[in-house]
Amino acid sequence: MIIIDDVHFAYDGIYPALRGVSLQIDSGERVAIVGANGAGKTTLVKHMNGLLRPQQGRVFVNGRDASKLSVAELARTVGLVWQNPDHQLFLDTVEKEITFGLRNLGYGPEDTRARCERTMSILGLTDLANRSPFSLSGGERKRVALASVLATEPQVLALDEPTIGQDAKQKENLSNLLMELNANGCAVICVTHDIEFVIEHFPRTIAMSEGLIIADGQTNSVLTNDRVIEICSLSTPELTQASQALNQRFPEVSPRLTLVKELEDAIIKIFGGV
Amino acid sequence: MPLVEFVDFSFKYLGSDNLALRKIDLRIDEGEYIVITGPSGCGKTTLCRAINGLVPQFHRGYIAGHVYVDGHDTRESRVAELARVAGLMFQNPANQLVTLNVAKEIAFGPENLGVEPDKIRARVEELIETLHLEHLREKHPHEMSGGQQQMVAMAATLALEPKILVADEPTSNLDPKSAESLLAILSDLNRDGMTLVLVEHRLDLVSRNATRLVLMDKGSIVADGPPRKVLSLPICEEIGIGIPKATQVYKHLKRNGCVLSRVPLTGEELAISVEEACNK
Repeated sequence: MIIIDDVHFAYDGIYPALRGVSLQIDSGERVAIVGANGAGKTTLVKHMNGLLRPQQGRVFVNGRDASKLSVAELARTVGLVWQNPDHQLFLDTVEKEITFGLRNLGYGPEDTRARCERTMSILGLTDLANRSPFSLSGGERKRVALASVLATEPQVLALDEPTIGQDAKQKENLSNLLMELNANGCAVICVTHDIEFVIEHFPRTIAMSEGLIIADGQTNSVLTNDRVIEICSLSTPELTQASQALNQRFPEVSPRLTLVKELEDAIIKIFGGV
Repeated sequence: MPLVEFVDFSFKYLGSDNLALRKIDLRIDEGEYIVITGPSGCGKTTLCRAINGLVPQFHRGYIAGHVYVDGHDTRESRVAELARVAGLMFQNPANQLVTLNVAKEIAFGPENLGVEPDKIRARVEELIETLHLEHLREKHPHEMSGGQQQMVAMAATLALEPKILVADEPTSNLDPKSAESLLAILSDLNRDGMTLVLVEHRLDLVSRNATRLVLMDKGSIVADGPPRKVLSLPICEEIGIGIPKATQVYKHLKRNGCVLSRVPLTGEELAISVEEACNK
């Protein structure tokens, strides 16, 4: 679906943000990208929909060389939801904001309206359709930004820090939505510091540092790696801390557990249950 | 005398249909470390604003009941006076930064309170050191990342040497390492006597040091007590707050008939409880 081949990029040509990044993301995957501030995470996802073009190396989307495609063409395939919704929103009603992208991609008026209504209903925005995005709360604005991208039904959805400012319930709604899109074949890529969110929902994690990929593999292996945690300024997942503490006392418990259920089963086993 | 006391206090913002706070009774004593949590829109930010008088002095609206801060009724006191007692760190740091560099930003508050220049200089240096801001010294606040702005806003608030620090989601823009380091600094200041009121979602990071956890929902306080006790209540799941994972494991085990002697807040505590249960 997306192939990034030895991509280099420096802002203003002198501040290196990507220093030779290669990866492949297949259709239907859920991939998290983690790393300290300034690691190059956002720069990387901006290459996936052509907002940035590699200064060296190549990007392929759906088997086509991205350098031969316009941002508008790429946007049909890869939808990018920005970290700060205020950088993305600019129209005076929620509805206009959502239909803007659809009209630009050439959908007819009826199709546009249907898609807009469906997306608003999924994201609980129907009642806010005529409000100005700037009169909404931070969490609501984030949902409008997401809606304007979702309405175009991209094959790949890339989100930059979607959980900031969202409480536990809203996070659950967001993850339900992402799971559903993914079940329908949409690949989901998420840049985030929220490792608990990653553990619960993303089977694959890519860790970045100083413009390079330092680990790429199964989430429960990447995020329980002490070196990755250290270099990426992350903290060890809460349950991995618990499983490490248990492992010191009960060596039969793996020190790399990540889920509530795994810990629960391990403790029941210690107590002699099955 | 309590440092802060809410007496049957309700508040509704001008132009809003709903009460932001409903019949709040809350007493905060000197030296406490209180964490306030609850779903978005439950009234946490309004409660913070009521402690330093921004509600009702700056944010106008319908009021019933009273809030007393260090004995002053916030309806009758000026925000500037209350600021000497209660320092408020805003949720969005960009809304509170006003000057051209870090040192000026930190000095701005004490200068306005008429603190002597020598004392201000010393305080600025001390805060730059404590909060590890040396590398930002010459940077313009608006060129900084969200996380860096948050640290500077914290320094500027602490420069007023408030008796009580009220911080509204002080770690929301910080990466996990920086969040842990800031919370450790605040916890130290509390140990040295500063009263602390934090709005925070990351309960795994704050519950161990906090003396009380106040849970809010739809403008009301729905639970208030020691963190272990509040987190073990079923209402946490009902209103949807993110409780520490170690506490979740404890609750799951309990549902399956396996009760540990104490509610754990961290992985280490969970492991200790399991070990104790085995030795019995």
